[in-house]
Amino acid sequence: MEVAVFLLFAALVLVSALVVVLHRNPIYAVMSLVVTLVSIAVLFVLLGAPFLAAIQVLVYTGAIVVLFLFVIMLLNVSGDGSTAFGLQKIVAAGAAVGFSTLLLVLFWGRFGGLPLSPLKEADVALRPLARALLGTYLLPFEMVGLLLLAAVTAATVLARRGESEKT
Amino acid sequence: MTVPIFWYLAVAAALFGIGTLGVLIRRSAIMAFLSIELMLNAVNLSIVAFARSLGERTGDLAAVLDGHVLVLMVIAVAAAEAAIGLALFIAVYRRRRTIDLNRLNLMRW
Amino acid sequence: MSFDLLATLAKTALWMALLLQVTPIMVWVERRGSAMIQDRLGPNRVGPFGLFQSLADAVKFLCKEDITPAEADKFMHGLAPVLALIPALTTFVVIPFGPDVTVLGHRVPLVVAGAETGVLLLLALASLGVYSLVMAGYSSNNKYSMLGAVRASAQLISYELALTLAVVAVLMPVGSFELNEVVRYQQGSFFGWLPRWNVIPQFIGFLVFVVAAFAETNRLPFDLPEAESELVAGYHTEYSSMKFALFFMGEYMGMATLSCLAATLYLGGWHLPGLSYSGPWWWVAAQGMGVLVAKATLFLFFFVWVRWTFPRFRFDQLMRLGWKVLLPLSILNLIAVAALTVGGVL
Repeated sequence: MEVAVFLLFAALVLVSALVVVLHRNPIYAVMSLVVTLVSIAVLFVLLGAPFLAAIQVLVYTGAIVVLFLFVIMLLNVSGDGSTAFGLQKIVAAGAAVGFSTLLLVLFWGRFGGLPLSPLKEADVALRPLARALLGTYLLPFEMVGLLLLAAVTAATVLARRGESEKT
Repeated sequence: MTVPIFWYLAVAAALFGIGTLGVLIRRSAIMAFLSIELMLNAVNLSIVAFARSLGERTGDLAAVLDGHVLVLMVIAVAAAEAAIGLALFIAVYRRRRTIDLNRLNLMRW
Repeated sequence: MSFDLLATLAKTALWMALLLQVTPIMVWVERRGSAMIQDRLGPNRVGPFGLFQSLADAVKFLCKEDITPAEADKFMHGLAPVLALIPALTTFVVIPFGPDVTVLGHRVPLVVAGAETGVLLLLALASLGVYSLVMAGYSSNNKYSMLGAVRASAQLISYELALTLAVVAVLMPVGSFELNEVVRYQQGSFFGWLPRWNVIPQFIGFLVFVVAAFAETNRLPFDLPEAESELVAGYHTEYSSMKFALFFMGEYMGMATLSCLAATLYLGGWHLPGLSYSGPWWWVAAQGMGVLVAKATLFLFFFVWVRWTFPRFRFDQLMRLGWKVLLPLSILNLIAVAALTVGGVL
């Protein structure tokens, strides 16, 4: 059961990610990214992180990707989904495959064949995570809040039409 | 039967590769940015897998939580990055009428 | 097949059966209700009090020609209405409709998925609804559809924040994401006679939630994405026949699940003071579901009532209300509730 779910969603992750990268139409690419992100959320659940899965769907697909869609529709780049020319494509594919293989070899050397035991109830509890986030990691947590505030301010300033550009 | 940890890491590695490919071949800045999101997600997936494996071997719940907190931070930073990045694209588009990365070469020489 | 799986299937089937009834009934209530408010009769020809009007409408929808515009993106045009149903048909899983019961020696919680991430899961699934609108607007290749879709996504993102913050304020004193915990927290009473429902201590949060819920379901006075007078029909301008009906159903089912959520968060959910919730399991389930549905119906009628009472907002007014009124209000509410929770009042 678990293996079947994993295989299904792992395949979905990879196929939809390829569509994101290769599809000429940006809207299709973004929609495919939604599939990738939701499938990764399912993998998070399998790895015993249901909270992260919910946050992944809520923040990534519910907010970040909608922002992408918005900008794509606003700038109307729908026809501008072209990819690079021949040589660059080949070099890029080579680099991507090479890097992935390197990672795979490294991971296999360290984690190959390591089994996982089934999840226990205590592994997926939310309370310890909340305590960690607001206890041990309170300072980073607050700093992320500050970062988001800075990002909001910066985005507002950047996206505002400058006085000189007004006609 | 449960899924071995390596399978998750394999998915993460392949996803990272796909993201790299996207960054290298896409001409539109937004599309390259989408590919970066893929890479971030690959990293997140591997962090969660590492955390699970570490918790499995040490039996230490705190180690797992460290990983999960790290992923939360990455997601928050990704949100900030998306907001600023897209605002930048809009600003650039207003001036240059394009976000084709090949033509945004003012700073090249 | 294991007993748990069978129980889950049975609970899902029950919810589905109820949710699929919502659209025809609500269409009838809406048309008769609007007629009542506007001092006219409304549909009264098909069956007693026009009750079968929705049935006739359904037949009509099935028989109409399904038109896909020549220049449309066929794949997405077909996919969008199906996606519109996904949030509507998935979010009910975390809404509880009774206490745990014992069936044939097995303990069965009366909620489809008693996940610890409960409400969060619901919000996450609900946030996927925006994609169907954007897809519909984009694929139709029509400027009215496109404008409707852009408006819809802006509106949904803006009001989701206020909605989520209002929900978080409810969860804070409870200390759990699980909706059954929220219901349990609301049992008992203030001063011995007032039910301990969240709507009383969290009235501001409740107001924010209701206003945001109107915006999230694209209902008047916030139905800007499909404002007839300026955008023809918004994102579903190019839809006809059953595809249009799917959008319609998605909208009403979304309203129904949001009403159930509102009832659970603010009106005590399946629990009603005075009911004992004892006896055979089916009686407990029937009681719980009955109370929940009755409370949700109040909200559904409120939706209809408001629709035929208020004029439509302008889009800039809508955005101003969302960002400059509701969001600060919900944050203030959150801070106040946090202070009261830490102070031990709530």
